[in-house]
Formats: sequence, C-alpha cells, structure tokens
Amino acid sequence: MFYREAGDFKTSYLEDNQTFPIRFDRYRYYAVLAVAFLVVPFIINDYWANAILLPFLIYGIASIGLNVLTGYCGQVSLGTGGFMAVGAYACYKLMTAFPEVSMFIHVILAGGITAVVGVLFGLPSLRIKGFYLAVATLAAQFFLVWLFNRVPWFYNYSASGQISAPERSVFGVLITGPNAPSWATYLFCLIFLTLAGIIARNLTRGTVGRSWMAIRDMDIAAEIIGVNPLRAKMTAFAVSSFFVGIAGALFFSIYLGAVEVGEAFGIQKSFLVLFMVIIGGLGSIFGSLAGAAFLVVLPVVLKLIGVDILGWPTDIVAHFQLVIVGALIITFLVLEPHGIAQLWRVIKEKLRLWPFPH
Amino acid sequence: MLDQAEGFVTADGRKIGGVVMEMKNITLRFGGVVAIKDISFDIREGEIRAIIGPNGAGKSSMLNVISGFYTPSEGEVWFRGKKRPPMRPYEVARQGIARTFQNIALFDGMSVLDNVMTGRLTQMKAGLFSQALWKGRAEKEEIANREMVERVIDFLEIQHIRKTPVSRLPYGLKKRVELARALAAQPKLLLLDEPMAGMNVEEKEDMCRFILDVNDEFGTTIALIEHDMGVVMDLSDRVVVMDYGKKIGDGPPDEVRSNPDVIDAYLGVAHD
Repeated sequence: MFYREAGDFKTSYLEDNQTFPIRFDRYRYYAVLAVAFLVVPFIINDYWANAILLPFLIYGIASIGLNVLTGYCGQVSLGTGGFMAVGAYACYKLMTAFPEVSMFIHVILAGGITAVVGVLFGLPSLRIKGFYLAVATLAAQFFLVWLFNRVPWFYNYSASGQISAPERSVFGVLITGPNAPSWATYLFCLIFLTLAGIIARNLTRGTVGRSWMAIRDMDIAAEIIGVNPLRAKMTAFAVSSFFVGIAGALFFSIYLGAVEVGEAFGIQKSFLVLFMVIIGGLGSIFGSLAGAAFLVVLPVVLKLIGVDILGWPTDIVAHFQLVIVGALIITFLVLEPHGIAQLWRVIKEKLRLWPFPH
Repeated sequence: MLDQAEGFVTADGRKIGGVVMEMKNITLRFGGVVAIKDISFDIREGEIRAIIGPNGAGKSSMLNVISGFYTPSEGEVWFRGKKRPPMRPYEVARQGIARTFQNIALFDGMSVLDNVMTGRLTQMKAGLFSQALWKGRAEKEEIANREMVERVIDFLEIQHIRKTPVSRLPYGLKKRVELARALAAQPKLLLLDEPMAGMNVEEKEDMCRFILDVNDEFGTTIALIEHDMGVVMDLSDRVVVMDYGKKIGDGPPDEVRSNPDVIDAYLGVAHD
C-alpha cells in the first residue's frame, strides 16, 4: 500500500542517491514542508509558538548539530549548552555592534564563530575518546558559562549581567523582542531548521559523512583506508558547533529575548539536547527532529493532562512532570535503544509489505 | 635467478615487471620484543607475493609496516623508486596502497555500498561547501565514483547486497566486501591479511578466483598473508617465509617448498 518500491525504477545514480528514494516518502516530505511553510503561519498563535513550535524548531537545530558530532562521527559531547551560549553571545555582540545588518547574517555569523570555538575545544578529541572526551567537553561547558558570567565585555557591561535582544526586523517585519508577531518568529526559525536539515543530510550522505562514520565505526581502519582523522574530527566539530551556535543564537534572540547564561545555557541544556539525540536516534537527521519534538511536547502534554483535565495544583504537576518524563525516557530506551528513528524504520519496513506480509 | 632491473615471465605467461616496493633491512621492535629482525625483500609489479610463516612469525607486523601502521625501528621502505619517509597510514593510502584485515574491519553502521564508497575517499576532493549544497563538484564526483564502485561491486558479484547494512552479512560476504573496499581505491599495491581465514572450501575457492581475477584484469600487484599452504603455493608467484621475525626463505613456491629451513619451521626438527 505505502512505501512501494515495485515499479519505481531508478535509471541514474543521481536518482538512486536522493534523500527519499521512495516516491511516497518524497511526496510526504513535500507535504510536510508545504504545511509547515504555507499553512502553519496562518493558524499559529502566541501560545503554540512559545510553548511548542519555537522550542521544537530551535532544539531541532541543536540536536541536528549534536547528532552530526555524536551520532555520525562518534565523538561524545557534553558541551552543547556552552556552545549554544557562544552562539547567543556572538549574536548579541553582533546585533549591538552592527544594528543595521540583517539578522540572517548575524545568526549565520554567530554559527561561524561557534564553529571556530567548537574546533578549538574539539582538538583534545584527537588524543582522547569516549568518556574522557565527554569530560573534556564538560570542561568546555563550565569554562564557557564562567567566561560569559565573568567578562563584562560579553554582556556590554549591563548592570544585571544579562543580555537582552534589541528589536530587529527582517524585510520590515519585527522578529525579536516581545512585540514580534509569532508567525514571523516561527518562519524565521523554520527557515534555519529546514536549511540545517538539508545541509546536514547532504553532508552525511556524501564524502565527508562517510569519513565521519568510518571514524565512528572503526577509527584505525578508517585511517588505513585514507581518512585523515584530524580533518574528519575537526570538520565534525565545526559543522556540529555551527548548527549548535545557530540554535543558541535563535534561542536567545528569537525565543527568550533576555538571557542569564548559567540558567539558559547550563549543563542541563547539554543533557537535554543529548537526551533528544539519544531518544530520537543516533546517526539520523529525522531522529534528531523526532527526539526534539518528543522532549518538547511531552512536558506540555503532561501539564495539559495534569492541570487542565485532572485539575491538580500546578506545582504538583510540575514535579510529577519531571518524574514521568524521566521514567518515560528510561522505559523508551529499554524498549527501543536505537531511538524513534529505528522505530520509524521498522514501521516503514512493515508498511512496505502491508497488508500482505508474505 | 631473477634479473634485478627487469621482470620475468611466469609459467602461465604473465609478465612481471620491475620492483614496486622494496623493504631494506627492516627491523621492528616493541620495547624489548623484536617482532621483525633485519628482513629485506621486494615486491614486483603485477605479481602475487605471499608472506607465510608459523603463528607469531611477524607476518602481520610486516604488513603493518608496509601499510604505514608501524614505523620500522630500523631499515628503509622504498616505494616506486623513492624512499618513503615515516608517514601516517592515511598518507600511505593516498600513495596507492590498500589493504584488508585479518579480523574484518568494515564499518558496521553503514551499508555495503557506503563501505565500498569509503574506498574512494582518497580520490574525492570536493569542498565542504559544495557537499553541503550537493551541487557542482560534489555531485559530479559522487556519480563518477559511484560508477567506479559499481564496477567493483559487479566484479565481486555483490550486487544483491548493495544496500544491506554490513552488520547483517555472513562472514564470507563480509570478507568479500572488505576486498571490494580495498579494490575501489584502485590500489597500486593491494595487501591482503589472511583473506581466506575461517572460510569453508567453497568460499576459499571463490576468494582465490577473485584474487587471481583482480591480478589478471587490473594488473594489481598483490601481497598476501595466508596459512593455507595449498592456496599459497597455487596462487603466488614468489613466497617469503618468515619464522621468529627472521626471513628463512624467499623464492618461487617450488623452491620454497623444498627449502630445508622452511620444512623445519613448519614440521619441526627432529632432535636426536
């Protein structure tokens, strides 16, 4: 019924190489894009944008970034929060220093600056692996947060030590600050997520992606067949940090508006994004998005059930929420250690033959 | 017996050319352990060169020296008429030396096709930006290399498992995929570390045929380590015999077979 390959013949390697080789899949992808770009902006309201859509889009970019590093190149990182902070502060400095330049350029430049910082902190990965590398990136996390707290230049010497995004508009529409319409902020983030997804997919299916995966699966063999480990790991850190930096810049400028670094980009943020990647599925772009959606939507749904349907007090629901999310994560990982992406793959395999499984 | 500068013609009429790789007085030490002791031999263009010896003789270490994984403690490696400075393994790979491993070293998370495509990594030069857009050079390169890889896949008869994740394959096929990955690099020198270890007779015969075909069709120079004496004597043009890190024999299979030192090493010596 669905996902039929029969009769869908590929006559060139180009066709065989495309992201969605199965026609049904391809049309579903176009349909999702069309709804996201053409329908959602017209029906969006502030609640939906702030509670679900913006966090999903921004965490989606961050988890694509982390997935490039951890899922594709096999380098564990606990520094995601710190790198998001680099993106946020870079964006803040750029926004205040060059008010007339477009936000698109600021956000991309913030990603570029984070990429450089990411490569610097990625250098230890040439000598250390696994848990030890995780600890080294943890050091990056604490160091960066400390740096942005202690050096007043980063927050423009403001009295509160916070950074807050000045109002900026793109094509005459306000996109930062409390008065920005939700459809504009949504579209702005959606463009970045779409581009991040496409770029990450293109990189991971091509040469550089293969060298990342070779390093992940067996680094010694990878080097012997001609992968330069330095180049492979550093490009992974650069690309990953680029996306994470963009996510940090958007998180600060579009979503929160004002940021206190320890609170917004602390270690819990690193773990949150890591959970998204693990639950969604390591080594899968779709998994990154699914994981982000899962962890963004789950607390909202639990709150909805607790407060609005069962009528419990808000503070009890908030506590229960933590317990339930934690328990669900553990249950989920026991049942499907390879994440939502694997679940999705299994469903697709089944659908290919459904309803005649023999 | 051999003319050093020129090649020779084998019994079955293949022309063997000049020296491609020459190992000069190679010694390899790990702390106090001497794995290879002052060994010299050469590999000629177009030949199948076997390295044999009992377990622990230093054969794999020798292969690791050739592929740049170990740097010899003493001695020189000459490749295509030039002395090779100490290099990282990936630089050796770029010079045109590819290898397979004794314990399969495929990339388990990737499909067969992607695994074989990694063999082409040394040839792919598109920049990160072009790859991110999947346009221009990256796309052209991908297609061109895919065509080359498909020829290798055809040649080794693994078309049917092209898109299968390698972790699902049986042992014999994994070995074949590994050979495909090495071949995809179009190496000037192909190193095979026990290509037939753990195979049944049928799989061994298949593998032998592939090795001979590779040598015949592409003219690839092959150096292999193997324990199955029947296979070695049938396949190879010349054999190096090692024992306890020393070279105890070198020459065509028939000559080596009748060498008393070799017989001693393999069958043991009667002490009386």
